[in-house]
Amino acid sequence: MSELLQFLFSGLTVGAVYALVALGFTIIYNASDVVNFAQGEFVMLGGMLTVSAYAAGLPLPLAALIAIVVTAGIGVALNKLAIEPARGAPVVSLIIITIGASIFLRGAAQVLFGKQIHRFPSFSGDTPLRIGGATILPQSLWVMAGGIAVFIALYLFFTRTLTGKAVLATSNNRLAAQLVGINTNWVMTLSFALSAAIGALAGVLITPITNTSYDVGIALALKGFAAAMLGGMGNPKGALVGGILLGIIEALTAGYLSSQYKDAAAFVIILLVLFFLPQGLFGARHTERV
Amino acid sequence: MTLRNLMTTAAALSALAAPALADINIGASISETGPAAFLGDPEAKTLRMEVEKINAEGGINGEKINLIIYDDGGDANKAKTFATRLVEDDEVVAVIGGTTTGTTMAMVPVFEDAEIPFISLAGAVDIIEPVKTFTFKTPHTDRMACEKIFADMKAQGFTKVGMISGSDGFGKSMQAQCKGVAEASGVEIVADEVYGPQDADMTPQLTNIKGSGAQAILNSGMGQGPAVVTRNHKQLAIEAPLYQSHGVASKQFIELAGAQAAEGVRLPAAALLVADQLPDDDAQKPVVIAYRDAYQAATGEDVSTFGGHAHDALAILKAAIERADSTDPVAIRDQIEATKDFVGTAGNVTYSPEDHLGLTLDAFKMLVIKDGDWTIAQ
Amino acid sequence: MRLGPKSTTLLVLAALIALTPVFFPSSFYYRVGSLIFINGLAVTGMVILIGYAGQISLGHAGFAGIGAYSCALMPVHWGVPVLLAAVLGALISAALAWLVGRPILRLKGYYLAVATLGFGILVYMVLMNEAWLTGGPDGTAVPDSGLRDMAKAIGINLKNSEFWYWFCGIVLTIGAWLALNLHDSPTGRALRALHGSEIAARTVGVDVAKYKLQAFVISAVYASVAGSLVALQNQFVTPDIAGYMHSIEWVTMTVLGGAGSVLGAIFGAGILTLLPQVLTRFAEYEQLLLGLIMMLVMIFMRDGLLPQVLRLIRGKDQ
Repeated sequence: MSELLQFLFSGLTVGAVYALVALGFTIIYNASDVVNFAQGEFVMLGGMLTVSAYAAGLPLPLAALIAIVVTAGIGVALNKLAIEPARGAPVVSLIIITIGASIFLRGAAQVLFGKQIHRFPSFSGDTPLRIGGATILPQSLWVMAGGIAVFIALYLFFTRTLTGKAVLATSNNRLAAQLVGINTNWVMTLSFALSAAIGALAGVLITPITNTSYDVGIALALKGFAAAMLGGMGNPKGALVGGILLGIIEALTAGYLSSQYKDAAAFVIILLVLFFLPQGLFGARHTERV
Repeated sequence: MTLRNLMTTAAALSALAAPALADINIGASISETGPAAFLGDPEAKTLRMEVEKINAEGGINGEKINLIIYDDGGDANKAKTFATRLVEDDEVVAVIGGTTTGTTMAMVPVFEDAEIPFISLAGAVDIIEPVKTFTFKTPHTDRMACEKIFADMKAQGFTKVGMISGSDGFGKSMQAQCKGVAEASGVEIVADEVYGPQDADMTPQLTNIKGSGAQAILNSGMGQGPAVVTRNHKQLAIEAPLYQSHGVASKQFIELAGAQAAEGVRLPAAALLVADQLPDDDAQKPVVIAYRDAYQAATGEDVSTFGGHAHDALAILKAAIERADSTDPVAIRDQIEATKDFVGTAGNVTYSPEDHLGLTLDAFKMLVIKDGDWTIAQ
Repeated sequence: MRLGPKSTTLLVLAALIALTPVFFPSSFYYRVGSLIFINGLAVTGMVILIGYAGQISLGHAGFAGIGAYSCALMPVHWGVPVLLAAVLGALISAALAWLVGRPILRLKGYYLAVATLGFGILVYMVLMNEAWLTGGPDGTAVPDSGLRDMAKAIGINLKNSEFWYWFCGIVLTIGAWLALNLHDSPTGRALRALHGSEIAARTVGVDVAKYKLQAFVISAVYASVAGSLVALQNQFVTPDIAGYMHSIEWVTMTVLGGAGSVLGAIFGAGILTLLPQVLTRFAEYEQLLLGLIMMLVMIFMRDGLLPQVLRLIRGKDQ
């Protein structure tokens, strides 16, 4: 019994990491139908910039704040310099642009920060909490709390604020959104800033658990993308549930079946879900306009 | 620009950087990026630093070294391409590298065909067994690490071992070797778990090992995985002591795992990590201290045994070229094979026609982490 | 006599393959050439999938892995001749593509992308984990195909890298010829119709599911043969060949060069294969420059490099 609990705790820890990354995909996708493959690099930048600022002697909260703000600025720059000029290009070209951006950011981080692996201390120490014979690290709770907070904020943003609705409107029909007076350029800029900031926040929260280096973004983006698709792209609830589910599947597979094939099990489940629910668990039905 | 234009541009670019005739061209294909960057980065930095030093001191036999390093990213296909380039385009007289066993094995046929001496920096015993005429290596083999660890476990009275391995080349290669020598070493593998190199949490695997009755745990892996395993081992308060492999052998590991969690972790490693604690009459002491100080001054990073392997390879090569008094690859190869009692960071190296590894088990020291630092285990 | 676009493409391709070696400063460039042709073959398959049928795949390296490991494992474990193993590998890839393609191709856009990604990763994981069979991450040797000796027997005596340059060049030309024929066949027309709009195509009676599956299976065979060629040439293979970065690389080559045409995609394969070799002189900045180039091309040349280059040339003519 305590074993199952331990597996679930592990799944929640890892799942919360995936969920945070997946949530970052949501906004840009909602605003532009583009999956931003550089999202993992935002997470990396959040961690690496915090590491640098912290090493330079700044207190951790300030270092984290600087990292988030700088990353948000990089997100805006990405939109202004690479996405906006390519307006009207087919989606597959936009994907290649974001893949190019991810390679570029990774390359820049490699030059700036070097290739060492880094970490900064956990926020509330490393003494594990004991619950029912199983243990969990306080930092895991921070990651989970972060995931839930971002989820709630996004949910409120998309349903309660005019700006959030403008983002959704821009995604549905850019021209119509412009006609009703939405500044779609501004919406895109905001989306990139928010996505980058969420990514950076994820990086700050998870680094004490996962460590960070210039190339952690690829693996994180891959799992985050898979989690977002499992839940249904564009839906914050889907990102949260998809992420947690992916983490728990991996942990249970590692615990009960085979740790060799835990990643494989996750993808088998994703394939099965998509066979029966082609839009993911919470994805919106999409109809093609002819 | 057409394909042809680009080809000629590429050619012009390589011509531009072509060395003066008198230089000695030494090639290297290292995994500076990619999954094995943790190993490849210090290797490449060491080679650049050492070559600069040799050239500043007047080169080898009065000729400067022209070092050509390519980054194969850990990809065997790329490594093979760069090996071809080193031989056919750069016309090197010797090659160092192959950070991983996969890239090394992909390159071996190129150098054997072209009769160019090749000193690998990768772990697996397959590289030098069976002996290939032009291929040598400087690191200990995985099998030696396994034997060293199992011997230490047995000495402490542990015979039931739980294994947890990274799923990357390093981890899986060592996992296979350890399972191969377990019986001969008198220990039994009672659990065999695996994790991905960038996984965030290994508590499920460790929970299973805890439940398997293992008396000691062996983690074969490199990079950040072992740091997470060490933290999780502490988190679960597992009583069975944790053994790490030579794959974590740099100070960075203790920082990543946290001194508290790393306390008491044992591992086999070369003398490099405990340079200051060696007795003064140890022949290795001046060598490892000189390399460690130079590396830390040049890069500002902690020294690791992987950079040490590159240091040894270049030093062996330099001595061989000096003895051969020629830049003929075959003459250099013969002199590499004649290397005798070379004192390097990994230990005393004596190659022979039957042995292209040249190290014995006593080159490994058993270390234990105490108060955030390495100490030699008694 | 006026040449059709098909003959023009094949002539340009054959001329490039035949004449470029004149400019090679050393025999190393034959090796790069053969890699361009192998990637060119894989992206020719991607043109059928992306350019003709409008479907995406982030898992085609999985088929390359099957093609490569067939050449490595079948001869050693079951005594199959190496070349027959390559053919069997292509057949296995086709069968597998047919099996997974049927449910997967119902998905659209990113959902298709993640499903194919998952498929590729599953193949990669099997190659990594089943070390007793595949040699695991350290890879495994591939027996000599004997092709070079055959060429020798009929009087063509070439260095290893030269031989593979010509052999892969010929295979690529055949592959391009088949793809161009497909373009003009009823299947090709049906594919392009469903690329425009699946619903419209269905309305006029195109069996959408069947044609999408055909495109998927054909492109899988191209990828599998490309994988076999890598294995045969290197005589060594590691699971990297099935890694998802490889799949993404192929999609990028296709789109960067111009997904609409076989020649465009091969052009993209050429650029992205050459680039890392050119950039070795700026090793530290390689990734940075590569990413920058990808972004710039896609921003300023939306249809891909080749169409843009052709437009420039035509513009000058007028």
